[in-house]
Amino acid sequence: MEDNAYTALVVGAGIAGIQSALDLADAGVRVVLVERGDCVGGNMARLDKTFPTLDCSSCTLTPRTSEVARHPHVRLLTRTDLVAADPVPEGHRVRLRVRPRYVDPDACVSCGRCAEACRLAGRVPRTFDLGLGRGSAVDLPFPQAVPSAYAVDPDRCLHLTRGRCGRDGPRCVAACEVGAIRLDERPREETLTVGAVVVATGYDPYRPDHPDTGRPELGYGQYPEVITNLQFERLASASGPTGGQLRIAGRVPHRVAILQCVGSRDRTTGASYCSRVCCMASAKHALLARERLPGARVTVLYMDLRCFGRGYEEFLERAQRAGAVFRRGNPSEVYRRGDDLVVRFEDTLLGEASELPADLVVLAAGLRPAAGTAAVARLLGIGRGPDGFLAPADPRDPAPAGPGGVFLAGACAGPVDVPDAVASGSAAAAAALGHLVASAGREAAG
Amino acid sequence: MARLADIDGNPVAERYELTACLQCGRCTGGCPVGLRSPLNSRRLLYEAVVREDGDALVARDEVWDCTACRTCSDRCPRELDPAAVIREIRTLKIEGGRIPTTAMDALESTLKHGNPWGRSRRRRTQWAEGLPVPSVEDGQESDRLWFVGCTPAYDPRCQAMARALARLFHAAGYAYTTLGTEEVCCGSEVLRLGELGLFEELLETNREALQGLEIREVVTTSPHCLTAFRTDYGLEIPVRHASQAVADLLDAGRLPLVRQAPLRVAFHDPCYLGRQSGVYDAPRRVLAAVPGVELVEFDRCRERSLCCEGGGGRMWLEGLGEGERNAQRRVRDAADLGVDAVVTACPFCLLTLEDARKTTGLEDTLEIVDLAELAARALDDPADGPGEEERS
Repeated sequence: MEDNAYTALVVGAGIAGIQSALDLADAGVRVVLVERGDCVGGNMARLDKTFPTLDCSSCTLTPRTSEVARHPHVRLLTRTDLVAADPVPEGHRVRLRVRPRYVDPDACVSCGRCAEACRLAGRVPRTFDLGLGRGSAVDLPFPQAVPSAYAVDPDRCLHLTRGRCGRDGPRCVAACEVGAIRLDERPREETLTVGAVVVATGYDPYRPDHPDTGRPELGYGQYPEVITNLQFERLASASGPTGGQLRIAGRVPHRVAILQCVGSRDRTTGASYCSRVCCMASAKHALLARERLPGARVTVLYMDLRCFGRGYEEFLERAQRAGAVFRRGNPSEVYRRGDDLVVRFEDTLLGEASELPADLVVLAAGLRPAAGTAAVARLLGIGRGPDGFLAPADPRDPAPAGPGGVFLAGACAGPVDVPDAVASGSAAAAAALGHLVASAGREAAG
Repeated sequence: MARLADIDGNPVAERYELTACLQCGRCTGGCPVGLRSPLNSRRLLYEAVVREDGDALVARDEVWDCTACRTCSDRCPRELDPAAVIREIRTLKIEGGRIPTTAMDALESTLKHGNPWGRSRRRRTQWAEGLPVPSVEDGQESDRLWFVGCTPAYDPRCQAMARALARLFHAAGYAYTTLGTEEVCCGSEVLRLGELGLFEELLETNREALQGLEIREVVTTSPHCLTAFRTDYGLEIPVRHASQAVADLLDAGRLPLVRQAPLRVAFHDPCYLGRQSGVYDAPRRVLAAVPGVELVEFDRCRERSLCCEGGGGRMWLEGLGEGERNAQRRVRDAADLGVDAVVTACPFCLLTLEDARKTTGLEDTLEIVDLAELAARALDDPADGPGEEERS
């Protein structure tokens, strides 16, 4: 592979950003891939299976994440934010802020002794598991995480928040046999010039308990048996808090209700758009529930079923033939009656208001622009749509977005599923590559 | 035959953009009477769009079952207004003389006597006998008006709300005046029953009264009057509910609640106070200030509260459908919570819950208390104050 002296910045290392980075790197472009989280993989890393093939998500993702980690043309920076970008003749002069990980990734062997030793072990809600499991203030999101190194949560760590961890100091430091813990690490900044920027900042899941845009009537945050679709993925995942067993609040549910369009197609939640992925994700969850919970009654409450992709309608049929019951009605509220949860909805095909008892309620939470999307848009001169997602410069050409070679990949430009995120990652890489080559040509000619 | 049109002949489907309805059913799914009534807002909206015969929709009697709680309109993902469509149909029914006699009586009483309870104007202030309640009739002016409301003024049970509030205001040295016997109905339920003409009259009367007296702030006993003034009238001056006024007096240290009122209570959020007016914390602040009161929240509290079925003019309409009423569910839930009392802050909720307490056999074990009543129990010396008569 030849180094052709082009440099590109990819912002966000979810599946779309990874795809862009790898495509560019394979073409010989030097890629700086920045990720604000602790590891790469984005929301896809949380998924157990992907539709419509029911492939294991990590089997698809892991080869790509490990390639990113060892690709000679990819420089990966985690816990890193883009804080400034200025147009220069060569493209963009960008400033990156690298927040400390407090663990030296080169030294860490991911043995986990630090997490075991942490005074807060078993008490810190795990962000990666979306609050379902508890871990330590020093954590590795999941076993195959890239980089394969623990990281300290600066908002939780006693040493970092209070300046003091017990009488005898941080136990993680003492427990680490390779001396990888660096609690005195400081943030640093670096500035570099890139010829193209691919923005792949992704999405955040809708929060049904959001104080302004939430839906309090669904009981999310109030009843432990009410979870979101992404939390369901963590429950179903072998690397999740239950080791892949569908158990909630210590019980195995036998009546599962999956509620569609939560925070999507709903102006009262500030999103009139369709989130595109939830119909198929819910069909997948219904199928998984039918397969893993023998005899369970699984009901999906929907208002429309949008199965537009290749193999999607067939996948819906598979879930339906597996015994998942799809009832048409947009659920209105969830409340407790005795030990049961009850979902109130109208079965619009019967024209009857009904109460559906359930012991697990899965909310198909929609996709929202990731936090910080507006800031990235401002820095790079990218427009945004009324839905808050980033807008391409020309709606007929989805990748190019801003002046000086800025391109969009993945869910930052609107909800996409995994196949579409991969495709748009490649599209953005191709467009960025074209831009790099053309600019070099102009330079040579000039 | 023509599609459903409002009283001015505008097609309802266009006026309310009903062609944008998703037919998703979230309105019907959350309707508090949906499990017992044939009322189906989703289907009604669809029929308003597609049925050629609008008169057939106006013939439907189930529109009287609506409690005007507005859950349907609050939750509509397309932000349509099913509650308003139901009200339009009620208006058309009234226009055609198709109104239940009980509701008709309430409207006629409001026209004649300024209140829906069939009582004379002269007796509007009877509730305040023996209490130092100022009134503009006695030349006691203030730029703050306490709008007592018809039900607290006339209903024997709800008069205790007004009396308790008067004692609280007195104890705090709160400056206000009332309209005395000149107070007329705010029209909240008149509007929701669909009698637009009468509502307009009441609105004009009340607006003129407020302007003439240069009132700068209104405090209401009832969340329904609150909603009428705030939302239906669109008054430019601040309108607050009594619970907010009392909470502020407490915060300012002006209301000494010192006596123990030991009681485990659940608070029932009225639709018109909570979801429709966004007032959730003020009543809880008051509860927290009453010594000895312990609040246990209902599973369905705050935004998730359960409509008691007292709104939308339902106080003057016959019972609907078979099965458990929401107020009965509410008092049974309260009994399951093991509380001594359900506290609320709305005269209609007070009445429906009182009724449910009796019909569920919880009369001896569960109390239904108004928020002001509970707070007044903790006043320095209830027996020594103007509330003495009330206790005798």
